[in-house]
Amino acid sequence: MAERLIKSLTLNFGPQHPAAHGVLRMVLEMDGEVIERADPHIGMLHRGTEKLIEYKTYLQALPYFDRLDYTAPLNQEHPFVLAVEKLLGIEVPPRAQYIRVLYSEIGRILNHLLNIATYALDIGAMTPLLWAFEEREKLMEFYERVSGARMHTAYFRAGGVHQDLPAGLLEDIARFCETLPQLIDDVETLLTDNRIFRQRSVDIGAVSLEDALDWGFSGPMLRASGAPWDLRKAQPYECYEDLEFDIPVGKKGDCFDRYLVRIEEMRQSIRIMRQCIERMPDGPVMTQDHKVTPPRRAEMKRSMEALIHHFKLYTEGFHVPAGETYTAVETPKGEFAVYLVADGTNKPYRCKIRPPAFAHLSAMDFMCRGHMLADSVAILGSLDIVFGEVDR
Amino acid sequence: MDQALIDLGDYIDAANPGAVLGAEVGYGELVVTTTARALVKLLTFLRDDQNCQFKQLMDVTAVDRPDREARFEIVYNMLSLKHNQRVRIKLAADASTPVPSVTAVFSSANWFEREVWDLFGVSFSDHPDLRRIMTDYGFEGHPLRKDFPLTGYVEVRYDPDQKRVVYEPVKLPQEFRDFDFMSPWEGMLHLPGDEKAEADAEPDAKSAAGEEGDG
Repeated sequence: MAERLIKSLTLNFGPQHPAAHGVLRMVLEMDGEVIERADPHIGMLHRGTEKLIEYKTYLQALPYFDRLDYTAPLNQEHPFVLAVEKLLGIEVPPRAQYIRVLYSEIGRILNHLLNIATYALDIGAMTPLLWAFEEREKLMEFYERVSGARMHTAYFRAGGVHQDLPAGLLEDIARFCETLPQLIDDVETLLTDNRIFRQRSVDIGAVSLEDALDWGFSGPMLRASGAPWDLRKAQPYECYEDLEFDIPVGKKGDCFDRYLVRIEEMRQSIRIMRQCIERMPDGPVMTQDHKVTPPRRAEMKRSMEALIHHFKLYTEGFHVPAGETYTAVETPKGEFAVYLVADGTNKPYRCKIRPPAFAHLSAMDFMCRGHMLADSVAILGSLDIVFGEVDR
Repeated sequence: MDQALIDLGDYIDAANPGAVLGAEVGYGELVVTTTARALVKLLTFLRDDQNCQFKQLMDVTAVDRPDREARFEIVYNMLSLKHNQRVRIKLAADASTPVPSVTAVFSSANWFEREVWDLFGVSFSDHPDLRRIMTDYGFEGHPLRKDFPLTGYVEVRYDPDQKRVVYEPVKLPQEFRDFDFMSPWEGMLHLPGDEKAEADAEPDAKSAAGEEGDG
């Protein structure tokens, strides 16, 4: 038979595709059903957050961070307030630190529940999605009770958190921590030993530790490849130093390991939440330096000085001394960092947001090569992509 | 912590003669300034040297400072898992001279450099695939430059007659509001309407060169 040259097929995946987790367009060059090259086109959700922040005061810039990774809003606010606090050189009272850690861990569970559920849905399991979304709704209620909003909370502020916890909230969170492990166990009985789930995820998209470092991976992606690295342990911020928790580490760095790491991280998050509730100290939730944080409203009605502070803070905002910092925290998806350049005015001169999923998605081509088309969906699901933060 | 970073800065300087223009520690973070010519060699050294082991390039970004001659500052943030340290590499660049790409050293640099190209217009030589990444297909300009307006130049809408999305010059129903909060008693060196007094003060300032002339 005469040799014939077969032209590879170009397949357009997205921009609207149920498994694309948002608006991702991927141009796939296929050889039959095998992917030869994947070219993700991102930016469909680019809203110019960094540009907008340059025109806003530090307080006005904060709510943009909720809108980056909308599956775990408070975790994104965290590096920004930490960066501002670092430049201002202010200390956060212990109660505010514990509240922040408590809510960061709630965010971690929110994110991992969503990721595991949608990942399972992408590769054929429907039920975990229904179960997980019920629990997410309960967790969002905790967000709502503390800040008034389910998602776009704007609750962490430079110098502390906006308001103290309402009465009875800690007891309800503690009660929730009792019931959630049962749900995680139930999800595991459905997925972990499920033959179809394993066939779709074991040895799919495996990344060696060396490659993971080269591609700038962080968070569960890096840990699944075998690096015991977690910023909460390695470069502790807030009160993580005093809390006890373990870091799950994978072996092969495939999709299944990433799933297992996330499952275990949820259990560890519950452990951290329990410790936070137990040790929750009393005291103010904001630093008492009223050049940075607003005075109490009752005080504002009586004291002239407090009134001036209130007026100045909500019109002009506070001035941050000139300087620059790269502040990173461990968000559920990995290292989320803010590179903040201040020039001494009330607005940031430059605020670069470093999203973890951006680096993960850039390795999509590397991870997909030689895999089948259906595997690209599994790999994408295990990357834990949210386009709010990739596109900014 | 700070002492270890100062030592690390000295070590990097000693091991790369001529490549390091300055190393300083601020807010517990080490910043090393370098030149475009030495960049690739310096980053390879930082990755491979036993005492550095900065195996991860976490972020590449830029800062636009139009008042400088080389207006862009390219910033590389690196992380060493082994030594639990971070280092920030900086270099100056302008819009016309390309910066050498470090994609061959760190694969993660690929998209980060594309982003810098897209949003700032700094080009990278030897980059395998320098396309726009964030902005729309066919977009013109580099939005994160300080001279690019916040509102942009074009807006899109769906035209029911032509049955497609059309691009039009941006129309602002409300004037762009830019509040000036600089109060005269903090940080403001030149008072508006006070130019005459400053012009009178100028010759004195020149004769007393070196002293603070900006009254």
